Amino acid sequence: MSRKLLLDKEHVPGIRGYDVYRREGGYRSVEKALKLTPAEIVEEVKRSGLRGRGGAGFPTGMKWSFLAKPEGVARYLVCNADESEPGTFKDRYLMEFIPHLLIEGMIVSSFALGSNVSYIYIRGEYAWITDIVENAIAEAKQNGWLGKNIMGTGFDCELYVQRGAGAYICGEETALIESLEGKRGNPRIKPPFPAVKGLWDCPTVVNNVETLAAVVPIINEGSEAYSKIGVGKSTGTKLISACGNINKPGIYEIDMTISVEEFIYSDEYCGGIPNGKQLKACIPGGSSVPILPANLLLTTAKGEKRLMNYESLADGGFATGSMMGSGGFIVLDEDQCVVRHTMTLARFYHHESCGQCSPCREGTGWMERILKKIENGKGEMKDIDLLWDIQRKIEGNTICPLGDAAAWPVAAAIRHFRDEFEWHVLNPDDCLKRNYGLAHYADPVYVPVTA
Amino acid sequence: MPEETKPIPPSTFKVTIDNITIDVPVGTTVLNAARKIGGDVAPPAMCYYSKLQGSGGKCRTCLVEIAAGSTVDPRPMPKLVASCRTTVMDGMIVKNITSDKVKDARAGVVEFLLLNHPLDCPICDQAGECHLQDLGYEHGKEGTRYEFARRTFTKEDIGPYIQLHMTRCILCYRCTYVADQLTDKRVHGILDRGEHAEISTYISKAIDNDFSGNMIDVCPVGALTDKTFRFKNRVWFTKPVDAHRNCTTPGCCGKTTLWLRGDEVYRVTARKDEWGEVQSYDGKPGWICNECRFDKKKTGDWVVEGLTKINRHSVISQGNYDGLVIPKETIQEVMGGRDPKILMDIHDESEVNEPGIHLSEINGPAHSDTFATNP
Repeated sequence: MSRKLLLDKEHVPGIRGYDVYRREGGYRSVEKALKLTPAEIVEEVKRSGLRGRGGAGFPTGMKWSFLAKPEGVARYLVCNADESEPGTFKDRYLMEFIPHLLIEGMIVSSFALGSNVSYIYIRGEYAWITDIVENAIAEAKQNGWLGKNIMGTGFDCELYVQRGAGAYICGEETALIESLEGKRGNPRIKPPFPAVKGLWDCPTVVNNVETLAAVVPIINEGSEAYSKIGVGKSTGTKLISACGNINKPGIYEIDMTISVEEFIYSDEYCGGIPNGKQLKACIPGGSSVPILPANLLLTTAKGEKRLMNYESLADGGFATGSMMGSGGFIVLDEDQCVVRHTMTLARFYHHESCGQCSPCREGTGWMERILKKIENGKGEMKDIDLLWDIQRKIEGNTICPLGDAAAWPVAAAIRHFRDEFEWHVLNPDDCLKRNYGLAHYADPVYVPVTA
Repeated sequence: MPEETKPIPPSTFKVTIDNITIDVPVGTTVLNAARKIGGDVAPPAMCYYSKLQGSGGKCRTCLVEIAAGSTVDPRPMPKLVASCRTTVMDGMIVKNITSDKVKDARAGVVEFLLLNHPLDCPICDQAGECHLQDLGYEHGKEGTRYEFARRTFTKEDIGPYIQLHMTRCILCYRCTYVADQLTDKRVHGILDRGEHAEISTYISKAIDNDFSGNMIDVCPVGALTDKTFRFKNRVWFTKPVDAHRNCTTPGCCGKTTLWLRGDEVYRVTARKDEWGEVQSYDGKPGWICNECRFDKKKTGDWVVEGLTKINRHSVISQGNYDGLVIPKETIQEVMGGRDPKILMDIHDESEVNEPGIHLSEINGPAHSDTFATNP
């Protein structure tokens, strides 16, 4: 049983409300943090080794230290709650059931960064959560944790919630800032980075919900204790939202020391694949990260057991590895069709492309159409190579990472499941009636023996 | 060599683009540095427009490889960057046409831009002065690999002066910057997103602004064309001349290019520089007002300065001769004033045609019956 830092009180009845939350030790970190200097808090977060939980995994302390601090210019903290990645729903859980944890983390972080007005940009579809969070903000304000002169320290802080309007692209930090400013949510061209010119052209830090919530245990327990949890550069705990063909889909807090195999099959976590089916493939970190066949998911190309952490999931690069991403763990059993699955993702990215830069605007739709053609048994062999060429020309050539996010799933599907694509092309009638099945995707990985 | 090197003033940076090194002021973008070198070294730019603030970065045709970031930090940049939005650093080494990665990516971008383009050049008023045509010709591949229906839009009328063809649009956003920065009230922007994104005036509100016509000049393709010139003529049949008038509209420079046939003014546009952008006068962009553009269609309205300089590679330069010298008939001169002597009249030998029949008098096309000796 791994240690829980964020969800340790989730079972307490009424934890959503302020009184219970406070009784269970809530807002201790604010009391502690306000006695420190902002620089000390930044240093604590840096030492904790906390990495951004939104997907990129960039060290949070480092991001905070990049924040420009020109004299007489306001600084902003923005919480990215626009969780729209297919397969990811951890922030939703956190905000819905323990909203005060996010608010507590935001007060500490706002103090550390010198932000007197901080925003929570929440996904438009999370309408009911907006009410929950706004309610919690009102409670926190009533009890003196927000507003003017917090706890008599002279620090002022206001929190506002802003709802998005249903665009995946607004989860990209500069598009989020544009949208927050009331404009069309197009990503900005970087540089300048938000740390220098962000919201209203002021220095801004944009952090994920889970990242800001994780600041609370870091302050409470100290960076040293926090950094001891986990392995290597994957410190602390991570929320994983597991879904797909598993017995127990849901949110799990893991300490990044367990193996992928244990996570899928143990009763403490996903509880195995239902109906006695076999594992075929898995997307370990949300729809944008490369899909892996069962064999490469459970063991790395070197033949080692793959663990649920940043380094191990990325082991082997994109050739044989994947990414931790945002922790959206999607499991596919032997009855799932990878071609159809890839087409669904391509349709999503096509739908969500903002249309600002050409490769993504035109390329995402093109990929979807070709995948649809292959899925419907009308594909040709050249289409597979064409898909590969299109994704190659999108990746890295766009303004924001949405282009990469659209290209990677297609690339990984062709890289690991090319036989299944070819089977679709060669069996145009069969592929409409049945699936390719498990084939060799769970066979043990061949590990060359070095002399 | 070191003793010959002049001390570099702190206000300039040294940048090497495709092995050519130049000094440029601090803050110059890679694209503008490359334009200083000129020729093939300058990357193509479909969305960047130096006179429109905030433009650029979107079309990705100007992607270049940064082989070394600067003298201080000579690491290469991991991805190709948009040269129009990347400022040079001292000692930066840029690869444009010398990089295979750039050529490959650019061909890809051209393919993406043409993917849904209708390629209706034969009926498009922009043909001949279209940047997408040039781009496709210079950097594209022959043929397309796209086999699906091209995207279409619901037609929208955006007023009496400007014709909108959304299918031709490449979403460079230049026109929206014109609306933002030149006109007094923005009634023009982007609707929808992704592939379906389109420029529009929102709820079909007619563009009624003194400077809205400049959208036509900044549009790199045939998406926004002059309605008063629509289907009137191909640009390469018209003769461009520089002209000016005393325009009283504040902000209008009054300096234009008239596109003539004979004495008739077919079209009025702002004057363009070698990069296809509006000319600058004393550092100010030479935008023109709608009155000059749409209402002054008589040569009498204008003071004609002379022929417009057109790049000789442009199709418009045909028939646009500056200082044309018609070659003299030299036969009489070399013959000492005598007429040449006819050695043989072809009609003495052959009856392939009848000199008595004048082609201009034949009603309809000529065929063998026309010249038959015994009809």
